[in-house]
Amino acid sequence: MTVDAQVPHVLDVRGLSKVYGEGETAVHALRDVDFSVRRGEYVAVIGQSGSGKSTLLNVLGCLDAPTSGRYFLEGLDVAQLDERQQSVMRNRQIGFVFQAFNLIPRTSALANVELPLIYAGLGRRRRRERALAALELVGLHGRSDHRPNELSGGQQQRVAVARALVTGPALLLADEPTGNLDSESTTDVLALFDGLHRSGRTIVLITHDDEVAARAERVVVVRDGRLTEASPRRARAW
Amino acid sequence: MSPVEIVRFAVRGLIANRLRSLLTMLGIIIGIAAVILLTALGNGASQFIQGQIAGLGANSITIIPRQPPDSAGTDGRPLSAADARALADPQGAPDVASVSPVVTVPASVDAGRASSDATVIGSTPTYFSGANVQLGSGRVYTEADVEAGRKVLILGRTVADDLFGAGSNPLERDVLVRGVPFRVVGVLAPAGEGQGLSNPDENVLAPITAVQGSLTGFGDLGQIVVQARSTEAQAAAESEINSILDRRHGIDDPELRDFQVISARQLADVLDQTLSAFTLLLAAIAAISLVVGGIGITNIMLVSVTERTREIGIRKALGAPPSAILGQFLVESIILSLVGGVLGVAVGFAGTLVPLGDFRPVVLPAAVVAAVGVSAGIGIFFGAYPARRAARLRPIDALRRE
Repeated sequence: MTVDAQVPHVLDVRGLSKVYGEGETAVHALRDVDFSVRRGEYVAVIGQSGSGKSTLLNVLGCLDAPTSGRYFLEGLDVAQLDERQQSVMRNRQIGFVFQAFNLIPRTSALANVELPLIYAGLGRRRRRERALAALELVGLHGRSDHRPNELSGGQQQRVAVARALVTGPALLLADEPTGNLDSESTTDVLALFDGLHRSGRTIVLITHDDEVAARAERVVVVRDGRLTEASPRRARAW
Repeated sequence: MSPVEIVRFAVRGLIANRLRSLLTMLGIIIGIAAVILLTALGNGASQFIQGQIAGLGANSITIIPRQPPDSAGTDGRPLSAADARALADPQGAPDVASVSPVVTVPASVDAGRASSDATVIGSTPTYFSGANVQLGSGRVYTEADVEAGRKVLILGRTVADDLFGAGSNPLERDVLVRGVPFRVVGVLAPAGEGQGLSNPDENVLAPITAVQGSLTGFGDLGQIVVQARSTEAQAAAESEINSILDRRHGIDDPELRDFQVISARQLADVLDQTLSAFTLLLAAIAAISLVVGGIGITNIMLVSVTERTREIGIRKALGAPPSAILGQFLVESIILSLVGGVLGVAVGFAGTLVPLGDFRPVVLPAAVVAAVGVSAGIGIFFGAYPARRAARLRPIDALRRE
């Protein structure tokens, strides 16, 4: 899928900085980052641990506020939103996939996937329909009654992907989604991401694994809080 | 997000930690049960004593002589038959219905070889209604008996049983009171243990003239029993009695009176006040245990919030607004305390089914309503702080917590 300059930005970051602490002990996690992602792009953010890539993802996910700079998500200035509006933003526009899966324990796969829809205020029947559809999309419709501890790591991560997708968000944010998975499950989950990308989803994926990054169509590198575009890679044959 | 979903989340959270939820509830259960039970005890005691006082005769007023304080400088004057006649004056005491002069003397009553220790009460026929004494069989003595000084006697139930056997009906039998023959004309209805100030079952009643003529001599009165026209007129009757006797006894300072006016109403008032204070004290003790239970809720909810910080982070990442998190934890604590409150009411009720001595605890409906209301309030009050803490967690901090 080629990216056209006419396609609007899903996210657009200008001069973003994030500083932890103050004075002598201040840590500059992000320094003056400019970054934008267009609709339908599949971007991998790579960098070593401590490079600031997780901080970038947290800011992009409205989980953390930047120290300075501006962040537009679907054209909205996130800094202007209050806490409740940001929670609506996370609910409708962003789908998270975490390294540690972060499913709610003792709660069925279906209930986990329904959760964002509950916060979105959907009725019971429509919730169930959409959650089942999302589970089917990740190939887990037969396991909707299983609890997280009854699922393998790869299955848990697929539940998490289903949960991230179920509200139809503009942006899928994945933080080391394969970090806790064996190679077979990694292949499964990455194939899932490929499929989502083909169907037009916008994906920003953080990884330190070059193999994983190689699946994306665009790679950016974070080093010491600064972001640089990786050299354009050869076109890949799907 | 609908309230139904918030309640479902809260219930799931509580069920996930069954034992802990139950133990936390226990604090509230004990507190509420204590409130219900202790107020029921106070209420039961109050009703019991009200019943006892009703046995004294609702409109009854008793006047007894008393030693005035030393500052009066005299020994005081005894109550006399003239005092009793003065109280019966419809002009001076319009609220007095009847006046019964009373003399009492302890005496042994004998019939054949059987003997009984009794208190002889000599009075007039009005005494029966004035002192609320019920006749069981036979007849009461009449005004004619009093005028003639006839030695007729009405036995209390215990005395009759002692002399003639349990359940006997010894009408027209002769007995000796301190060796003086009296004829039994009636037997009192059994009054029961502890009814009133003394036990009427151990009394024998005779015309005052007969008692004075053969046993005590024509001296001072032991007491005067007055019946007010109605329960409402009782206070007025009391003040009329006081002013008449003050005048007759030359008393101008009520502190220095050489007589005392006692009424069932006064007694009821004093006992009622004492019992109210007692009940309040019990309720206060119970309330303390409720506060302790409430602090238990705060404690456990704080633990729960800390333990579930990561879950809170996940929920926030998925778009839970602060109000949803606040609601979830607040509803958890409200459910804990409300269910605890309802169970506490049940336990309290069960406790009141156990009779204690002479009286039964009587549950106050108001206490039940208040207990349930208070327990819901405890849930909100003691759950508010932990719930706010959960709602204010920054998503990134909550997610980072392991």
